[in-house]
Amino acid sequence: MTEGTPTPIFDGETSRRGFRMNKLFMSLRTEANRERFLADEAAYCREFGLTDDQERAVLSRDWQAMIDLGGSIFYVYKLAMMDGRSMQYLGGVFTGMGEADFLAAMKAGGRRDG
Amino acid sequence: MAEVIWGLATSHVPSIGAAMDRGKTEDPSWKALFDGYAPAREWLAEHTPDVAIVVYNDHANGIDLDFVPTFGLGTAERYEVADEGFGRRPVPDVIGHPELSLHLVKELIDEGFDLTVFQELDVDHGFTVPLSVWTPDPGEAWPCPVIPLLVNVIQYPQPTAARCYALGQALGRAIRSFPGDLTVGVLGTGGMSHQLAGTRAGFINPEFDHMWMDAIEKDPAKLAALSREELIAQAGSEGIELIMWLIMRGAMNEQIRKVHSDYFVPASNTAAGIALFDNRVSQPA
Repeated sequence: MTEGTPTPIFDGETSRRGFRMNKLFMSLRTEANRERFLADEAAYCREFGLTDDQERAVLSRDWQAMIDLGGSIFYVYKLAMMDGRSMQYLGGVFTGMGEADFLAAMKAGGRRDG
Repeated sequence: MAEVIWGLATSHVPSIGAAMDRGKTEDPSWKALFDGYAPAREWLAEHTPDVAIVVYNDHANGIDLDFVPTFGLGTAERYEVADEGFGRRPVPDVIGHPELSLHLVKELIDEGFDLTVFQELDVDHGFTVPLSVWTPDPGEAWPCPVIPLLVNVIQYPQPTAARCYALGQALGRAIRSFPGDLTVGVLGTGGMSHQLAGTRAGFINPEFDHMWMDAIEKDPAKLAALSREELIAQAGSEGIELIMWLIMRGAMNEQIRKVHSDYFVPASNTAAGIALFDNRVSQPA
């Protein structure tokens, strides 16, 4: 598990780094592509030209690493949705709080410090 | 000439649309938000414009990262509701207004805003949720034709708040110069404070949000002076969406009247705001 930054910024350099991986996430909007991905995730990653690190992050669902390796949260979320994961689940991962505590913090008015 | 009759600022959180689509608006976690929409919806139902403009950002549905238009305008006759991966929202497709769109493109480009022009665009929750906030039960069609005005907010550098405000002011002039009598509603969408990734995920800043809600009405120039970095620090990396409210505000008169506003935390991971402004008020001499 990699250590997250407080506020990742999806800038041009990050977007270049994550371009192919984000393309893969974008492709998951169709049922046919989701079926192909799930049938052989590694092959699908190779088809999209992911780096080894990106492929590892995707296969192991290391959400923080996907962000670190150039994933945009809006793109990463498409993979999370396919897995039935919510944005609150991801919040729990990024903060290290876990989903239940993250959800409780949101219901209590959100987090202030970060 | 065409005239802006109202401006509506609203969050566009996908779960707000999902709560409506799934009949959950009376659930305890949602009721207060939707109760807070009611006065605005009642007023809007009595003030249907001839055409509306929705200022919004796409979230990897209508456009990809191959090209990232800083500002884009739709000129289509029709915009389909995007399938974001699990089926389209059960809401009507959007009828456009090519005549006004083409006029706006020309006027805005002549004013120095080099827009990207979209003849085809699927509109995602960033666009349809605000329409649902306005019109919860559209039936077969939305109340009027709608034009999408796209803003890049997901890839840094986003346009500055000052540039958004200036675009809004040019948009107001372009609307007024349209050769035909039309009434226009302008929606500025996104925000309020939120952040989805990083160890600061879940960040909410109610003090900033309330300041913003007050200043968007009375002192938009103060908001237009905020830097990109300041906005990200104060509103969160996704809260920078609030710059789109400034485009709406810029299109309106100096003096406006607040019809209704409300604030609710949380809608998913977001502080949700709504603010409705009447543009038909007497102006200072």
